[in-house]
Amino acid sequence: MVEQTLNGCQLGVMLFLMAAGLTLVFGIMDFINLAHGTFYMIGAFVGATSFVHSGSFAVGLVAAVAGAALAAVVLERTALKRLYSDSHLNQVLATYALILTFNEAVKVIWGPQPIFAPTPAFLSGSVTLVPGLDYPIYRLAVLILGSVLALALWFLIGRTRFGMQVRAGATHRETVQALGVNIGAVNAGVFALGAGLAGFAGFMAGPILAVQVGMGEQILIMTFVVVVIGGLGSVRGAFFGALLVGLADTWSRAMLPGLLRLLMPPSSADAIAAGVASLAVYLLMAIVLAVRPQGLFPRHG
Amino acid sequence: MAETEPLIDVRGLSRSFGALRANDGIDLTVLPGEIHAVIGPNGAGKTTMIGLLAGEVAPDAGAIRFRGQDITGLTVQERALRGLARSFQITSLCRGFTALENVMLAVQARSDHSFRFLRRVHRDRALVDPARDALDAMGLLARADTCASYLSHGEQRQLELAIALAMQPALLLLDEPAAGMSPDETRRLVAIINGLRRRTGVLLVEHDMDTVFALADRITVLVYGKVIATGTPDAIRADPAVRDAYLGHATVAA
Amino acid sequence: MADALSGASGRLRLSVGAGGAILLALPWILVALDEPFFIGVCVRFLAYGLAAAALDLILGYGGLVSFGQAAFFGIGAYTAGVMIHHATDGSVLLAWPIAIGGSTHALLVLPLAALVAAALAAGIGVISLRTGGVYFIMITLAFAQMVYFIVLSFPQYGGTDGLMLMARNAAPGLDLADETTLYYVSLVALAAFLWFGRRLARSRFGMVLRGARENERRMRALGFAIVRYRLAAFVISGAVTGLAGALLANQSGFVSPDLLSWQRSGEIMVMVVLGGMGTLFGPVLGAVALLLLEEVLQGWTEHWMLILGPLLLGVVLFTRGGLWGALSGERAGDG
Repeated sequence: MVEQTLNGCQLGVMLFLMAAGLTLVFGIMDFINLAHGTFYMIGAFVGATSFVHSGSFAVGLVAAVAGAALAAVVLERTALKRLYSDSHLNQVLATYALILTFNEAVKVIWGPQPIFAPTPAFLSGSVTLVPGLDYPIYRLAVLILGSVLALALWFLIGRTRFGMQVRAGATHRETVQALGVNIGAVNAGVFALGAGLAGFAGFMAGPILAVQVGMGEQILIMTFVVVVIGGLGSVRGAFFGALLVGLADTWSRAMLPGLLRLLMPPSSADAIAAGVASLAVYLLMAIVLAVRPQGLFPRHG
Repeated sequence: MAETEPLIDVRGLSRSFGALRANDGIDLTVLPGEIHAVIGPNGAGKTTMIGLLAGEVAPDAGAIRFRGQDITGLTVQERALRGLARSFQITSLCRGFTALENVMLAVQARSDHSFRFLRRVHRDRALVDPARDALDAMGLLARADTCASYLSHGEQRQLELAIALAMQPALLLLDEPAAGMSPDETRRLVAIINGLRRRTGVLLVEHDMDTVFALADRITVLVYGKVIATGTPDAIRADPAVRDAYLGHATVAA
Repeated sequence: MADALSGASGRLRLSVGAGGAILLALPWILVALDEPFFIGVCVRFLAYGLAAAALDLILGYGGLVSFGQAAFFGIGAYTAGVMIHHATDGSVLLAWPIAIGGSTHALLVLPLAALVAAALAAGIGVISLRTGGVYFIMITLAFAQMVYFIVLSFPQYGGTDGLMLMARNAAPGLDLADETTLYYVSLVALAAFLWFGRRLARSRFGMVLRGARENERRMRALGFAIVRYRLAAFVISGAVTGLAGALLANQSGFVSPDLLSWQRSGEIMVMVVLGGMGTLFGPVLGAVALLLLEEVLQGWTEHWMLILGPLLLGVVLFTRGGLWGALSGERAGDG
């Protein structure tokens, strides 16, 4: 149970890193980016490959974040910034086209099969947290590193000059522009920041999940659930939404098979439990929406 | 007697936005057939008050009774169906629809329901005829088949009023109907609103003092979210508190 | 059809007339060209065209960006698939409280597919229509993904592998196993929906739906409870999409979770925009164009998505109005 809770928190932290980028980009540019999961995938592939070739986990990490951020800035400057004032429908279609393109490009470069993302030697093995509870060091590292990043993000948005410009840009675009702040640079910066976080999440998820084409969309849809629950445009909402979703998903996967085995033969219990468990987060979303259609932390008021 | 019972009776209506008390304990009545103007300097809370009455903004405190029923908790569309219509300060039309279609929607809204899937609205005389009448009353009939987005600003304001008329409301909330109108258009507007007197209650929020004093049976003065005076135009002109707080800063029709 | 085009321009009448004539004559043409295989391909065009037109009803007229249409498409296909599956292997669909078996009867299965999809749309719509804008996009996408997982969790229906169908639907005098019959049934369904949809756009109901897209706040102030109208449109769209899925299942003889995937939702949406939103005819053209394009690109290279993706991006960035607008001169949302 403690182990599952830690796993849930760890998934929650990853989802938060994804949701933060998505929600910042939406809050500031009013842009809905379906290709956000693509940055996660890029981070995973570029990072794992760099790690394997260089032998250094740190090089892999830097390459993952830089690769995702670079892809984001290039896309933002060449194509996506033209869509900020366009309809959400066109934003969705354009970024859908980007998903198709990048998924295929990754298939061309890395092939259709999942690639191997090794766990670094210094993070392999388990640690005894309390007597009787061994927990993989790597997962613990993901949890800690992700939490540190979440704190850093909170500091960046809440306490720095860049964060001030970002927050001001979200509410008083024209005023900020008139004061001489380069909105274009701030936008690109936010995009790069969000993509970098996604790239980081993708890289860290590599040794835990499969690094394969389609991984971006899987997490993207989960991330949508997170921001719908938390309230779009709110970083605080993204944080609590991510934790809720992470825990709901992990707990239901861990506990449902046991519960259902009380009612039916193990083989069918496991099959049905796997199906029902993957519904848990969507049911959670439906319940939240039924009670609070604007999410738990609506942006205005 | 029904004549003496107010059409709308507002008691202690309050709404704050953060530290700003936009509306602070507003008391207000509009009698049947009365034209009641609300004036006040910018930031007095007039737009908030319209929002509260129309149901777009939820009050923190206070109650609204309309035709003898408490409507404080009702939604915008429930209030509209009970006969409370509003015009928008910033013109708010269905821009891709023609002038006629915009008014037809208002006629359609007060018919029982709109779950009719096959009959074409343009052949539906129950919709077209009243809509054309409302356009005619505003002098807009010649523009009936023009797309709303191609109408001039003044024409859009007139269409806005035609829509409100077509709803045949018991009480009409007019939010700065003369804003941006030419003197000619304003004269026509004053004549039309005058024509509503004794038939429809009108709550008029307006900056143009000539229009207000030409039309209003009674005037309520709002300053910093509070009612500082209510009375006939003559009484308001003579009220020292009003002069002090408001009229002193503006050019008044003496 | 002429009735739905009253007051339409000559060019529009010509486009619809020519399109209708081609579609009517197509099976004969293909037989004459000795390419009967392509009749089946054309059934696919019609099924996707129907699904795209159904999305256009809520997207083009209602302004509701549903990214979950694949859920209705797939559930319609699976309804047909499951009924046929149980009928052909003689097993029961439901053992308790009353035993229900499968069926291949077209007049039972096809309406059932629409009904199941409509019920699903009602459930998803009630929750997602409480919100609007971007939320609606994300929620419909998420719920469609949920339906995808639900279907996956039935091992008896093939899980990720899908389900092979050993028969097609049939009714007395109407055997869909005959490709040409299936083609005409699909064509009739499509034509009927296009007629209905065009009429609906100009009805009282359509005025409310389109008005709410134009100006939601105004419609509320007029007294319209717009969620009810949107929900009704959403359910109609879901039902028709379900029927389209069932027709496709008949043609391909195979249903798989791929029909429910988010890519399928995206594809249907691309068809609508490519063809021209708010015209109903346009999305049918868009469906044909996209499917043809995919066929051609697949013939060129295994990595055809590398061409299709940037092409779609270019279409979104640089074009407006869609193919139908260019052909017929009709603007979106004219009704």
